[in-house]
Amino acid sequence: MLDFSVFTPEVFKAYILGGLYFSVMLTVVATAGGIVFGTALALLRLSGVKALELVAATYVNGMRSIPLLMMLLWFFLMVPLVIGRPIGAELSAVITFIAFEAAYFSEIVRAGIQSIARGQVYAGQALGMTYGQNMRLVVLPQAFRNMIPVFLTQTIILFQDTSLVYIITAHDMLHGFTVAGNNLSRPRESYILAAVIYFVICFSLSWIVKRVQQKVAIIR
Amino acid sequence: MALDWQVFCQDTIDKTVVAGCFGTGGGNGTQTYLDWLISAWGQTVLVAALSLVVALLVGSLVGTIRTLPNSPVLVRAGNVWVEFFRNIPLLVQIFLWYHVVPVVFPLFADTPKLLLVVMGLGLFTSARIAEQVRAGIQALPRGQRYASMALGFTTPQSYRYVLLPMAFRIIVPPLTSEAMNIFKNSSVAFAVSITELTFFAQQAGEETSRGVEVYLAVTALYVVSAFTINRVMAFIEQRVRVPGFLAGTGGGGH
Repeated sequence: MLDFSVFTPEVFKAYILGGLYFSVMLTVVATAGGIVFGTALALLRLSGVKALELVAATYVNGMRSIPLLMMLLWFFLMVPLVIGRPIGAELSAVITFIAFEAAYFSEIVRAGIQSIARGQVYAGQALGMTYGQNMRLVVLPQAFRNMIPVFLTQTIILFQDTSLVYIITAHDMLHGFTVAGNNLSRPRESYILAAVIYFVICFSLSWIVKRVQQKVAIIR
Repeated sequence: MALDWQVFCQDTIDKTVVAGCFGTGGGNGTQTYLDWLISAWGQTVLVAALSLVVALLVGSLVGTIRTLPNSPVLVRAGNVWVEFFRNIPLLVQIFLWYHVVPVVFPLFADTPKLLLVVMGLGLFTSARIAEQVRAGIQALPRGQRYASMALGFTTPQSYRYVLLPMAFRIIVPPLTSEAMNIFKNSSVAFAVSITELTFFAQQAGEETSRGVEVYLAVTALYVVSAFTINRVMAFIEQRVRVPGFLAGTGGGGH
């Protein structure tokens, strides 16, 4: 009933490898961008300036109450309208993921910053540090160390979510499996293989996260 | 760019504006985009609600057996369940349910596709809820379990009367976000052509070329839905609260 014999290494090379590369790159770029913009959002939310806090909170809560699929549709529609020329589905996916993940990472960073004992901030102030120095030299280094396991967990979720670019037909790994399945008339086998490969990648990553968690726990 | 909300009053077939914005409905009646939007919202609610039921039932069961004392086989089976459903992307799982399961398992050959999606989304979320339930039970002080043993409770009794009632109160906040997640995640049903909100957004946006208006309406409905669930869960949290027991603090050992 199921026949996997057509899925040779050549087939993988032709259909899957390029998509896997895009999925991984999208994950890496969105994580990096998400951490940078997420940290900025978190700092705005904890800035103590009401207007800035409101803007950041609205952005974060808005992003978090809308499905990622809708955001992909929104950016795919709006970015070309705003900049006046079409961009590819892949670039559109990258922009969407950075904007979307920034909201999620900002919540992680905010929790991380709030987990730092107030005494650390006071100590920095007592040493005459400015707000920026205090954040950069005292609070954030400690906060980021605490956040590493959560960051990695979020990255695994992000990698799984890259499959959602299906809605704008960007060429990710799942798209590769869909095309291979259709072209070789083995759609069922193709989806099973996709599941296996996603599972192996995500399971290995979460195993690594567990090890890192233990390491960080000892340091604390 | 001016918004043109009249697009929702258009007939979905001949694109003429219908007076009153609602079509006549029925088998061979007319349908406007507003009608379609409302029925798409209904589909989203239906998929999300049914999936939530599946996820809560299966997730509670799996989460509970992962904390059983002296049953390593069951604990291991529970762990395998969680790892399996957590490490495959939801969209891939939906494709598996839709394309593979009905062929490989004849039992599911005639299952409507909406129920296949519900199984996919429900079991995916069950792994996450199982994780919350396990954490909730393990957050209870050990003394709770020992106390129930000392009272001569059997294992099912101690779970039924002592551990689970407290554990579920602790995990109401994470369950709230899971309930909101399931609503957002129901959008993957678009991939197997369930006519829910995201499918509507894509189709109607393309047909009418008024993507902005269509997306705005759909996004607003998602936000309203998420907010409603949030309020409902807050109400539940308040109603089930035990005086003197602060959920989430891990206390309750007094």
